[in-house]
Amino acid sequence: MGKMVQTDDLIFEYAKCDEEGNVTGSYRAIDKVNLDIEQGQFIAILGHNGSGKSTLAKHMNAILLPTGGTMWVGGRDTKDPNELWNVRQSAGMVFQNPDNQIIGTVVEEDVGFGLENLGVPTADIWKRVEESLKAVGMIEYRHHSPNKLSGGQKQRVAIAGVIAMRPKCIVLDEPTAMLDPNGRKEVLRTVQELRKQENITVILITHYMEEVIDADKVFVMDHGHVVMEGTPKEVFSQVDTLKSYRLDVPQVTILADELRKRGLDIPAGILRKEELVKAICQLK
Amino acid sequence: MSIKIEHLNYVYSQGTAYEKQALKDICLEIPHGEFVGIIGHTGSGKSTLIQHLNGLIRATSGALYYNGENIYEENYNLRALRSQVGLVFQYPEHQLFEIDVLTDVCFGPKNQGLPKEECEKRALEALKLVGLKEKYYKSSPFELSGGQKRRVAIAGVLAMRPKVLVLDEPTAGLDPKGRDDILDQIAYLHRESDLTVVLVSHSMEDIAKYADRLIVMNHGEVQYNDSPKNVFAHYRELEKMGLAAPQVTYIMHELKEKGLSVDADATTVKEAADSIMNALAGASSAKGGAGND
Repeated sequence: MGKMVQTDDLIFEYAKCDEEGNVTGSYRAIDKVNLDIEQGQFIAILGHNGSGKSTLAKHMNAILLPTGGTMWVGGRDTKDPNELWNVRQSAGMVFQNPDNQIIGTVVEEDVGFGLENLGVPTADIWKRVEESLKAVGMIEYRHHSPNKLSGGQKQRVAIAGVIAMRPKCIVLDEPTAMLDPNGRKEVLRTVQELRKQENITVILITHYMEEVIDADKVFVMDHGHVVMEGTPKEVFSQVDTLKSYRLDVPQVTILADELRKRGLDIPAGILRKEELVKAICQLK
Repeated sequence: MSIKIEHLNYVYSQGTAYEKQALKDICLEIPHGEFVGIIGHTGSGKSTLIQHLNGLIRATSGALYYNGENIYEENYNLRALRSQVGLVFQYPEHQLFEIDVLTDVCFGPKNQGLPKEECEKRALEALKLVGLKEKYYKSSPFELSGGQKRRVAIAGVLAMRPKVLVLDEPTAGLDPKGRDDILDQIAYLHRESDLTVVLVSHSMEDIAKYADRLIVMNHGEVQYNDSPKNVFAHYRELEKMGLAAPQVTYIMHELKEKGLSVDADATTVKEAADSIMNALAGASSAKGGAGND
C-alpha cells in the first residue's frame, strides 16, 4: 500500500480585503495540518461549519494551493504546476449540491464530459462511461435527461463522472446533505462498493455521524486544526469532547452512553444497533 | 391561526404532456398553536403542499381555510395572509441580499408598509429571538457562517410577526450543534410566542423530538397523520416509502423480538433509556423471585 494523501504542516490563509480590494488581513482556515492517508482507506472528516474541512478537501485536487507547508497526492506535490493535471486526475471530487455539477443534457454525455477533456479516444470514452454507470447502478438511465432524476440518482451520476476518469482517490464533500434518507443510503452504498471493488481511496466529509461508522479512520477538525483522530470507536467513545466541537454521535451511541450513565454495564464506543441490542440482551 | 385543508388537489402543467398530479385529495386540520412535522421522500409532494399554505400556489380544486375563511374566495386578502404565514424555504440564506444584517431583516416589515422605526424595532426583536449576537447586526450577511446566515434569514420572516411559521428543511447542511440550536430556537418560539409551526424535515430523530404530530406524504397523498409514536410504529411501511424511523425505534423493536418487555414505540433517547431500565429491572426481579423459590 502506498501513500495516497500526505501533508506536512499544511497552512492555508484567505486574504481579507476591503471594498477597494486592498488586503487588510488574513484568516487562517487551515493551520499546520498533518495527514497520512494510505491507498484504499476509507477516511471520514468531521467538523462543524467553518472548521476548515472543505478547504482541506479542496487542496486534495489542487483547487486550492497551500500558502504554507506541502500537500502530496499520490506522491505528487500539488504546488508543482507540471503535476497539476496528474494531481487532478488522481483525486476526483464530488460536491454537496447535485444540481451544480451536472452539465450534460443526457446522463451518458455528462459522465463522458471529463474524459473528453482528458482527450481519451471516443471508443474508450464509451467503454468507460458504460463501466462507470454500471458501477454506480445507473446504467438503465444512460439515455435519460439528468434533470428528471432524484437527488440521490444525480449524485450517483456525478460519482460516475468522477470514477470514469479512473482516479485513485475520490473526495466527497457532504455528498448527502441535500438528500432524503433513501438517497443517502443509495450514495453511501455506491461509495462502499467502489471502495471494495476498485480499491479507490474514499475521503468522506459529512455531518451525519451514522455515515462514518464503517470508516478506517476519522479525523475531526476544529478551527483549522485536526483535533481528534482514530477509529470510529475511539472517536465516538468521547461523546462530551465531540459535543464541545459542535458535533454529535449516532443516536445508538447516545443511547448506549445514557444507559451506561444510569449504571448499566455496557461497553464504550458502541456504534451499531446490533452491538447495543447484544449488549443489552446479555444483561437480562 | 387554525388551518383546515379540504379535498385539495394540485395538478402541474395541466393540459400538457407533462401533466402530473402532485397533490391528491388532501384533507388536513392543523389547530392553532400546534407543532406539526411533515416527512416524505423527495418528490412526495411535501414542498408543493407547504407552498399552498400561504397561497404561493393555487390549488387546482379544493379549499384551504384559515380561521374558517377560504383563501380561494374571490375577495380574500392574500397579501394580508402572506404576512401572517411566514414561509422559510430551503437554504433561505441564498435570499439574503442587503448591505447589512439589520437592513436585511427590516426588508419584510418595510414591504408591509410599516414606518422605519417600527421596522427596526421588529427587526431587532426578531434578531434577538433567533439568538444572533448583537455585534453582527451591522455586518454584511455574506461574512457570516452558514448557521448565522440561516438565523438571519429566519429572523427576516419572524420580523413580519407571522402567526404561522412554515419551515422547509431549516437545518439542511448545518453541523449538529447548529442543527440543535436552530430547532431549539424554533421550539422556544413556538412555546413563547404562540406560533403554529409546520416543519418539513428529512431527519426522523429531529421530528420525533420536536413535533406534536406527524404527517407523512407519499405520492401526493397523506399516508399517515398521527403522533410521531404511532407513525414510527409503521417503520416497515415507512421504509418502503423511502423513509425511516429514528434509530432507537429499530433498537426497541429488536429488543422486543429478543424477548425483553420494552416499549417498542419509544422514539427518543430518553424514552428508550427509561423503558430499557424498567424492562431490565423487571427481568432481574422476576429471575430473583424464581431463584428464591
